[in-house]
Amino acid sequence: MTLQFLIANIVVSAGAFFLLVGSIGLIRLPDFYSRAHATGKSDTLGVLLVTLGLVIHEGLTLNSAKIALIMAFIALTSPTATHALTRAAVRFGLKPWFRRDGAGEKGD
Amino acid sequence: MMRGDDDAIISLVARTVSPFIMIFALYVIFHGHYSPGGGFQGGTMLAAALILVRLAAGNDLAQLQFPRSWGTPLGSAGVLIYWGTGFVAMMGGGRFLDYAFLPLAGAAPQRRSLGILFIEIGVGLAVCGILTAIYDDLLEGRPHD
Repeated sequence: MTLQFLIANIVVSAGAFFLLVGSIGLIRLPDFYSRAHATGKSDTLGVLLVTLGLVIHEGLTLNSAKIALIMAFIALTSPTATHALTRAAVRFGLKPWFRRDGAGEKGD
Repeated sequence: MMRGDDDAIISLVARTVSPFIMIFALYVIFHGHYSPGGGFQGGTMLAAALILVRLAAGNDLAQLQFPRSWGTPLGSAGVLIYWGTGFVAMMGGGRFLDYAFLPLAGAAPQRRSLGILFIEIGVGLAVCGILTAIYDDLLEGRPHD
């Protein structure tokens, strides 16, 4: 019982950490593509870990089965939404951000 | 509007997810007495499933699933179900939407439960049809696809 709650707390905290990393990336990164890169992956993983922690906390009940279904649909739809957004940006003609002095030529 | 019908990922995921959204919308409509939900929420989710296919497959291809001309009649049918339930109850001797006077089998609480279910179905159909019609009207006259 106690071990179950401990594992659930650790998993939820890990999910919150990934959500924090995604939020920092959303604020700090320069353009649309890198922001989508930051939020698309880490938000999906963060929400998946938070809901997985809720499943572990709940145990084997009907509610945890519903949360597992939510996990499956988030894992399916969230990367697809990021893909659709970046694809629309590419087809709209949005240019990626480059460093101003070297225009992306220097390897740094 | 951008063409979306040549992207396999978006089209496949939208086609996969849309029936599950519809099933959950029906669950929300029919389970609305006992749990959070009801006609408005379920109808909105039905419309979301239809609009998701419209966004993913392109507006012309999605006309095969739910044609543009169905939105307003479906909304009108939902309003007619709502009004008809109330009117039948009124014809049965009660007030408007007095579910206990509906000509149904069972005791009065069961009749009230069934009457509320009819109301929820009507509201769900009306919300679904009108939201889809609003989406179609926003794209009216726009060179889509």
